[in-house]
Amino acid sequence: MSELLSMVQWQTLDTWIVVVGALCGMSCALLGTFLVLRRMSMMGDAISHAVLPGLAIAFLVAGSRGSLVMLVGAGVVGLLTAVFTQWIHRAGRVDEGASMGVVFTVLFAIGLILIVHVAEHGSDELGRAAGVDLDPRCVLQGALEMVHLYPVTLFGVSAPRAFWITAAVFIANVAIVALLYKELKISAFDPALATSLGISADWMHYLLMTLVAITTVVAFESVGSILVIAMLIVPAAAAHLLTDRLGSMLGLAMIIAVIAAVTGHWSAINVPSWVGFDGQSASTAGMIAVVSGLVFSLALLLAPRRGIVSQILNRLALSVRVAREDALGLLLRAEERGGTLTPTELRGAVRATGAGSGAVSWALHQLQRQQLVRHDSGRLQLTVAGKARATELLRSHRLWETYVEEHFHLPTDHVHGPAERLEHVTDPALRERLADTLANPTHDPHGRPIPPNDAT
Amino acid sequence: MPSSVADTGDRMSTGVTHASRFVDELLHVLTLQDYNTNVVVVGVSALGLACGLIGSFLLLRKRALLGDAISHAMLPGIAGAFMVMSALGGSGKSLVGLLIGAAISGAAGLACILLIRHFSRIKEDAALGIILSVFFGLGVVLLTLIQQMRTASAAGLESFIYGKTASMLASDAIAILIAAVVISIACLVLFKEFTVLSFDQAYAQSQGFPVHGLDIVMTALVIAVMVIGLQAVGLILMIAMLVIPPAAARFWTDRLHRMLFCAGAIGLLSGLFGALISTLTPRMPAGAVIVLVAGAIFFVSMVFGTARGVVRRVVEHVGLARKVALQHLLRAMYELREAQADCEVTPTVLQEGRFSADALQPRRAWNGGELQQAIRLARRAGYLTPDSRGGVRLTESGANAAIHVVRNHRLWEIFLITHADIAPSHVDRDADMVEHVLDPAMIAELEAVLAKTDPALATLASPHHLPSAGGAG
Repeated sequence: MSELLSMVQWQTLDTWIVVVGALCGMSCALLGTFLVLRRMSMMGDAISHAVLPGLAIAFLVAGSRGSLVMLVGAGVVGLLTAVFTQWIHRAGRVDEGASMGVVFTVLFAIGLILIVHVAEHGSDELGRAAGVDLDPRCVLQGALEMVHLYPVTLFGVSAPRAFWITAAVFIANVAIVALLYKELKISAFDPALATSLGISADWMHYLLMTLVAITTVVAFESVGSILVIAMLIVPAAAAHLLTDRLGSMLGLAMIIAVIAAVTGHWSAINVPSWVGFDGQSASTAGMIAVVSGLVFSLALLLAPRRGIVSQILNRLALSVRVAREDALGLLLRAEERGGTLTPTELRGAVRATGAGSGAVSWALHQLQRQQLVRHDSGRLQLTVAGKARATELLRSHRLWETYVEEHFHLPTDHVHGPAERLEHVTDPALRERLADTLANPTHDPHGRPIPPNDAT
Repeated sequence: MPSSVADTGDRMSTGVTHASRFVDELLHVLTLQDYNTNVVVVGVSALGLACGLIGSFLLLRKRALLGDAISHAMLPGIAGAFMVMSALGGSGKSLVGLLIGAAISGAAGLACILLIRHFSRIKEDAALGIILSVFFGLGVVLLTLIQQMRTASAAGLESFIYGKTASMLASDAIAILIAAVVISIACLVLFKEFTVLSFDQAYAQSQGFPVHGLDIVMTALVIAVMVIGLQAVGLILMIAMLVIPPAAARFWTDRLHRMLFCAGAIGLLSGLFGALISTLTPRMPAGAVIVLVAGAIFFVSMVFGTARGVVRRVVEHVGLARKVALQHLLRAMYELREAQADCEVTPTVLQEGRFSADALQPRRAWNGGELQQAIRLARRAGYLTPDSRGGVRLTESGANAAIHVVRNHRLWEIFLITHADIAPSHVDRDADMVEHVLDPAMIAELEAVLAKTDPALATLASPHHLPSAGGAG
């Protein structure tokens, strides 16, 4: 990292930007996890737009951009957004997405008009302050790069004002989530169960919405209204792909938020010069969103169990295993008839079961490497181990044929297909239960012998 | 309607001293003499119409917020197109180029949403949020770079976000008009297909409709109208126009073709009045004013809508509650009489009985005024007459109604016992909930079903034990 840092002039300012960005990101990720789990991600979008009039009114009332007033204003309007959305959704029976859309666009429009009003009719000082804090561009992009402009000294430490606020909100969020962890968890996964346990799911909903509103406003100042959504949802969604446990999802989401903040700022300084914009920097907030998006796409592709790559690999591994087992079965049947197969014959026969040629080649290669099949003067022969494995498969296959014929009353020429599919997923225990159920038959419906169980 | 425009305008005007000038201005605007105003009014109204039509299908498919995500996802396309065109030596502001960029990145965003939804366990809402914010973030990054480019001026690109409605050009208005016409025609021609797709996609597929093709056409129409409208009215207004008019129209009708018409009309009116109001208050952002007009129409629709409006539903609810109260009273009277008379209950027997509130009170868990109110309702309906010795008597119509109500109740009870295997001690409450909403056809069917199992249903005695005359209910 130190090499990377030395590429540019990393100053105290950059550290503060990263720290504030990371604190914002972690606060958002903490709440976003619950939004994602409750399938209410777009509520983050709605609230982050809708707090605008809250800010403007707080500004008009207080006459300054005092943080506390702003937070209260935002909290109230955020809560109102949630209440109105619920109200229109329930009283008007409007689809939840649509009622969100109605509420946030109208509130945003009111906010926009109020801001223009403040900027034009306020006193000079007020107007200028409004212009700085609430100007439309700032609303969209935030002013993370300007955190250092407002230093505040607290506890004998001089730090940017944004740092103190984001730190306070982060601590508050952590405290509330820790205190109400069980309640939030239950109402996120099963609101009905929560209600039956005496936890008010509605109350949790509105608490969460208020927290989202307050956090949004704090993050708003730094990263802008749309990019707050990136901080709320993207790390949480990425974490959702990586784990099934709520605790680790919260932790992962926060880690991803920090990674996004650090990498985002670093790329905002460095990436422009790579693409021909020498000596310039891009919006850090924008870059944090982009980096979060990249982390999400990596998770989407590479997540251990749910990633697209591992899904594809699993599917490939399965088809190779099926091809391998089919090959063993075919060799044993050929042996039963007193013959052997050449590699070409076997390949053709396995492909006829529907396997791809790549899977077949890989399967034959594996069989020889595992010494289940021996290549002997142009013919393929089962080794002792191979024969044992193939016998098990054949036993499963013929037991299933018997079972299917007996219980599903399929004609004899229709039992091969189901048995062919089932033999690959039958373990020894199931196989012997099957034999017990069928009273240990010796021959399958086609009259061929069912190999006995070697283990007994 | 002109008076409401005047009212709103008045409130927003700067002062009384400007009143006469304001009136001139107002007349000037309302008579559509001003070329600029005409362009804006025509453009925004046509946009409202187009959005209302196509948005209706989005609403029915529960995809109202898809427009939100797509419109935000267009920003990097706009910024990227600007950079590419500047790099190639152009001005960077060729509208066609910018719009092509917007369409491409909007479509890419949509593709990513579908991809995420299909390949992972991330739900649609989170997928929308991710694409919306990440694409927008990329757009912001590109915009900050453009602002630092020496070769080109980026002024105006942000109008894609907030819109520059007031300075809409005639060419913009014409483009919007063409889009509105195309979308209206498409909605007419493909009405049946879009309807099936919106209500039951699986059915559409089974009927051989090219579902994916239709989906693409519908989404392409949405993207087209957003691309064209975005620059004229801005991002937030585009979302509002796609969501609010259809949601408002839904309150007025349950029929899709009427809803389309209604949504188009509401979109058009919002655009029209929003644009008119904002020309009178030039400093107010026009897009925001239009959203507010649409929001006001939505609120009025939600309250007064004739199909699903809150007022109508409250009225219906009160009506049902009254009907239920009345039927409870009549049944209580019947059962009281049945316990006293010790013979078959006929209208005459019922009419002979005199009922006092004290005798009726224990028959049911009536609280305070409920019994009195039910008696008042019944008297108003002509079911009861006051008796000279105090209390009330059933009139002939009241007696017949009571027999009818009790018959429904007991038919339903017997049905529950014989066909739903519910214990006789439990059927009274279940029947109580259903009896009020049984229509005559249903009763006839019940009778037919029950006649098969038990021909001796003529007298219709209660299938469970009834409290005696003095007993508590």
